[in-house]
Amino acid sequence: MSGQTLFKKLWDAHVVHVEPDGTTLLYIDRHLVHEVTSPQAFEGLKLAGRRPRRADAAIAVPDHNVPTTDRSQGIADPVSRLQVETLDANCAEYGITEFRMDDVRQGIVHVIGPEEGLTLPGMTVVCGDSHTSTHGAFGALSFGIGTSEVEHVLATQCLWQKPSRTMLVKVEGTLGRGVTAKDIALAIIGEIGTAGGTGYAIEFGGAAIRTLSMEGRMTLCNMAIEAGARAGMVAVDQTTIDYVKGRPYAPRGAAWEQAVTWWNTLHSDADATFDRVVELDAAKIEPQVTWGTSPEMVTTINGRVPNPADAPSEVKRQDWTRALEYMGLAAGTPLAEVAVEKVFIGSCTNSRIEDLREAASVARGRKVAPNVKLAMVVPGSGLVKQQAEAEGLDRIFIEAGFEWREPGCSMCLAMNADRLEPGERCASTSNRNFEGRQGQGGRTHLVSPAMAAAAACAGHFVDVRHF
Amino acid sequence: MRAFTILDGLVVPLDRANVDTDAIIPKQFLKSIKRAGFGPNLFDEWRYLDHGEPGMDSATRKPNPAFVLNFPRYAGASVLLARDNFGCGSSREHAPWALEDYGICAIIAPSFADIFYNNCFKNGILPIVLDATVVDRLFRECETSAGYRLKVDLGGQTVTTPGGEVLAFEVDPGRKHRLLNGLDDIGLTLLQSDKIKAYEERRRVEAPWLFSGSQQ
Repeated sequence: MSGQTLFKKLWDAHVVHVEPDGTTLLYIDRHLVHEVTSPQAFEGLKLAGRRPRRADAAIAVPDHNVPTTDRSQGIADPVSRLQVETLDANCAEYGITEFRMDDVRQGIVHVIGPEEGLTLPGMTVVCGDSHTSTHGAFGALSFGIGTSEVEHVLATQCLWQKPSRTMLVKVEGTLGRGVTAKDIALAIIGEIGTAGGTGYAIEFGGAAIRTLSMEGRMTLCNMAIEAGARAGMVAVDQTTIDYVKGRPYAPRGAAWEQAVTWWNTLHSDADATFDRVVELDAAKIEPQVTWGTSPEMVTTINGRVPNPADAPSEVKRQDWTRALEYMGLAAGTPLAEVAVEKVFIGSCTNSRIEDLREAASVARGRKVAPNVKLAMVVPGSGLVKQQAEAEGLDRIFIEAGFEWREPGCSMCLAMNADRLEPGERCASTSNRNFEGRQGQGGRTHLVSPAMAAAAACAGHFVDVRHF
Repeated sequence: MRAFTILDGLVVPLDRANVDTDAIIPKQFLKSIKRAGFGPNLFDEWRYLDHGEPGMDSATRKPNPAFVLNFPRYAGASVLLARDNFGCGSSREHAPWALEDYGICAIIAPSFADIFYNNCFKNGILPIVLDATVVDRLFRECETSAGYRLKVDLGGQTVTTPGGEVLAFEVDPGRKHRLLNGLDDIGLTLLQSDKIKAYEERRRVEAPWLFSGSQQ
């Protein structure tokens, strides 16, 4: 019999009950809650006269709607304000811990979970947000759910699931200088497509993954959903354990020793088999830039906008044609000649301390180009912001002409006041370049933090390796 | 939840691949704390020429005549014909809420994104996967014949074309049972309360740190 995959180990540890057809009632260890996808779930709970089964397993934070400018006056938009106040009221009523907008621990839900040690190896982690795949970086089984399932987890602490197929994405070799986890993520999506991971849980492995920091692994797992996979994961190793140790909600003392003993088993066995294996050579990955309206529409900084006539199918030809029209780009244009008007460094993909260090190392001693109307840096949490300020990163950004903001989801999805105007082109470290994602008519190009900072200073995309 | 048994519905063809949930219901409408009323803003940025914000009266807005949902021949459609990877992106259940509120009861595509597919079943919408070549043919039939309808039978797991062609589809037996009967998942899960309790008691010993909570 072959060995077990990491997915199988995590799955088996959480099985409560199995129906004859294989549908499984899976136990959920951690439930992350934010203001956008929870109000209707709490309302459903209330209407049915139910209460959360384990309020202690949930943690809440407002992130999508919060302003990234001065917060002392609260939220100006009354609709956004009501949504955040509804979260506050629901958490107070049901005894759920919430990091409110004025708490220094407030931030993007997928940044604060790991930062506080609320996300731990071996856990099942869910949240009403597709980027919950992020937490798989810790050797956890984590995935996004809809609001009905948010209500279901609140009421039962379980979810009905069927096991996913398994995919191993193996990245061997060494990444070149200036090439980051974001570039690996985009290169993988370019390779397998935005639906390539549909129905799969992806495990990222290989030498290049092992050398990534936890921040890098989170960036990679965060983007698993952009490849269609609900869950992405990386095996536990010493890097994982070192990151978790001493975090506020991490176990201590004897419980720590007991936990680490189990966590050290959380990797796929050497003889485990996967339903699909994809291999990439890290040394061949170059800085990536998307050119279209889906993350799979990606090329390298030295690439050109493709010609729809070269598309592999009729459906794709139409997609590419529509994408170029929306993006205002002509086929054949070198990406390095595409100028940007806005730059956004932030989001659950790239707003952690390492991301800000990479961006600051490029911005240091440079100035934001005159054609760039706004370049903003939005830290992932209040604690990331504090850490960055202690390291002087805020000064580097401000002196270069970037705006230094308060933490939140911000212009990744533009639910607050931060957004693109119609036709504006943006270099963004976020995860989705869909039509209208950053504001109606806005044109998004996904890049790494270093590439975004370089684009801000050059005024157009540029190869950060030679900048 | 509304039960789904048999549907004989007008079909509207949305000929785009990778339709994401941001397109199905844009972010500004996600600020609502209600579950109903998203239908007028389904595909808002494609469906209207002006920019939509919550609270606007859709009757006063400028519909985009080039968008398929606005073609008079497709008014009242309840079956959406779509392309690959429909519903990708954000997990927002507001997407199936908007489709349901608009009147869509079934969606036919060669493939769906996982989270969206799952969310449909929680809201009385049946997502049907058919082979890409079959879907391609349905697109051609639908676009060339006015008043094109499809009959969907969940119990028999078939889609029947106006020409009498019967197309079989797969659906998970558990999901089918719940959708046919409009059953509430939570009620069913609570029947397993003893097993959930037993699991928790075992895990408290094996992994006590998982029960020290978020309230240290």
